[in-house]
Amino acid sequence: MTEPLLDTPLLDVRGLTMRFGGLLAVDSVDLTAERNRITALIGPNGAGKTTIFNCLTGFYKPTAGRLLLRHPTRGEIELQTLKGYGVARTGVVRTFQNIRLFPSMTVLENLLVAQHQALMPKSVFSLAGLLNLKGWRAAEEAAVDTARDWLHRLDLLAVADEEAGNLSYGMQRRVEIARAMSTNPLLLCLDEPAAGLNPRETRALAELLAGIRAEHGIGILLIEHDMGLVMDISDRIFVVDHGARIAAGTPAEIRNDERVIKAYLGEPDAEDMAAGGSAP
Amino acid sequence: MAAPASPSTGTPFPLAHRLRDAGIAGLVAMVLAIPFLGLRTVNLDQGLVVQANLAYVPLAGVLVFLGRLILGLLAAPLAKAVAPLTAWRPPASAQRLRPWGGPLLVLAAMALPFLPFANRYVIDLGTTALIYILLATGLNITVGLAGLLDLGFAAFYAIGAYTCALTTTQLHWGFWPALAAGGLASSLFAVLLSLPILRLRGDYLAIVTLGFGEITRIIILNWQGLTGGPNGVSGIARPTLFGLTFDRRAPAGGQTFSEVTGIAYAPEHRLIFLYLVILALTVLAAYTVARLRRLPIGRAWEALREDEIACRSLGINPTMVKVSAYATGALMGGLAGCFFAARQGFVSPESFGFMESATILAIVVLGGMGSQAGVIIAALFIVVLPELARGFADYRMLAFGLAMILIMIWKPGGLLSGRLPTIRLSTAKPKPVAEAA
Repeated sequence: MTEPLLDTPLLDVRGLTMRFGGLLAVDSVDLTAERNRITALIGPNGAGKTTIFNCLTGFYKPTAGRLLLRHPTRGEIELQTLKGYGVARTGVVRTFQNIRLFPSMTVLENLLVAQHQALMPKSVFSLAGLLNLKGWRAAEEAAVDTARDWLHRLDLLAVADEEAGNLSYGMQRRVEIARAMSTNPLLLCLDEPAAGLNPRETRALAELLAGIRAEHGIGILLIEHDMGLVMDISDRIFVVDHGARIAAGTPAEIRNDERVIKAYLGEPDAEDMAAGGSAP
Repeated sequence: MAAPASPSTGTPFPLAHRLRDAGIAGLVAMVLAIPFLGLRTVNLDQGLVVQANLAYVPLAGVLVFLGRLILGLLAAPLAKAVAPLTAWRPPASAQRLRPWGGPLLVLAAMALPFLPFANRYVIDLGTTALIYILLATGLNITVGLAGLLDLGFAAFYAIGAYTCALTTTQLHWGFWPALAAGGLASSLFAVLLSLPILRLRGDYLAIVTLGFGEITRIIILNWQGLTGGPNGVSGIARPTLFGLTFDRRAPAGGQTFSEVTGIAYAPEHRLIFLYLVILALTVLAAYTVARLRRLPIGRAWEALREDEIACRSLGINPTMVKVSAYATGALMGGLAGCFFAARQGFVSPESFGFMESATILAIVVLGGMGSQAGVIIAALFIVVLPELARGFADYRMLAFGLAMILIMIWKPGGLLSGRLPTIRLSTAKPKPVAEAA
């Protein structure tokens, strides 16, 4: 594989392997994600993309491999050594393929729960909060402001006080992204963010992700089946099939990669996969 | 009878179906009636003999058949008649009155012992109801907010009560330090209990907490040397007001309330004082829970109930959230237990059986999970209703059970099932910086 090795990618995954009993779900995968870049992870259904995500975000303990995060203040962190919830505290925050909101809490409350890590010390073991001290009130107002900014950005201000579970599917997807962003992450991992969105919503999502990339200096890692979206906004694409990485490169390179076309269509002479749209 | 059932049509069931349904119920009743009603043991000279009296069996069958038939025919129109009642929501203008509800309720509760109709019985009943409100407020944190089912909450009640009993009788502490010790001891046990059960969820968690409740009771029952076993502990210190007792005669070196204030001694003073103490504890607990719900820890409790995996994905440590929920709930259970011990002056293991746990849980579920107002209404219902129905003697528990079934049919989410948001963007302080257009 001839890829230019980046000096200091934000996330550097080497030899990630995940084995469930006799099943080798992920086989020695290497991938990187950088700041200010959108990195896409694609592959046919069952290729192991979500398993890679689960390893990255601490939901699975990888059988082998090294997941190195270069944190601006905490130095190099080996994510595979952390406890599940510890990964999110380093700034690697994910969304889920099947949306996981707190359905009976309001949208605003969802975004405030996301800021738990920042708010908890400010509430001083809840004592400052119980006494409603000034420092706590200021911290809470700041958290509400952060939430308000993201709600504004994702056009959710009007439903801020609605129960999250009552919103439409497309809105719930946006709430999940807003919730992840209000944790102030370093690397945003999105698991099929366009699934179930209509073409207009998908275009808005593409604009949003491009905007986040431009303004917030964070990395975005994306699993997506909507090839139009992936080819449109990704800076770099990694392709996995049967748990192994089969290609990596820019969208133009991937589009013409024979192994990728074969993995998706089984026919080396098939049409350009970008034209095919999403796999179900 | 082989009338085809038409459950999918959604229209009222045909009479034939009703008859079959009632027939099945009648048959089941007859089978059950054979051992329950048909056979009875009679103590004769030659010993205990079983006498068959099968005449009751068809009678039971017919009664159940008729009852089921009538219920089946009446259920739909009855539900329709009640629908507007259960669907009733307070008008939007009443929302502005909501903040006044709590303080008004507290004022009314404070005034209760001084009202003309307040005799010993009323004050005592109020005190009991408040103990249950405090207990259910604690359990509501674990079950209603954090979503962790706990069938052994009486264990924390017992630990609080026995801590109070033992510190006052063995170490000769006063009531107030014992109260603090009772709450903290319960909390500590909750932390110890919650550590091994953190991985369990749902049914398994319920079984383990059920076991913990029973183990606690059995240990208390059998640890004769410390707890006195089934004999219990007596002579527990009574609550004092800044060192003043409510006895007729002052203990050595002490003073009584009536001596200092000049108010003539009356035995009711102690009852009123106890009532006000538990009222203060309960109000403090309810206020604390209301504040906690608006804090990160309280939001994390609710988030944990909603989705534990999403919590982890946001960096929330589910272990800490669960432990804190158990510990805070148990703290309130412990305070209630300690107060209970001091009020009775005596504790024994009988007071902390599974029925206690079930009653407290029933209050939480009946009131609507997570709702403080619901807890208050349900606690009053559960404590006061059986008292009101005393006139019906043997049938009062029947009436009580029936009332609970009816509420659960028409209000399956509890009396007050709506969740109040902890914050609204519309009322949050707007950002001072003008937004860029």
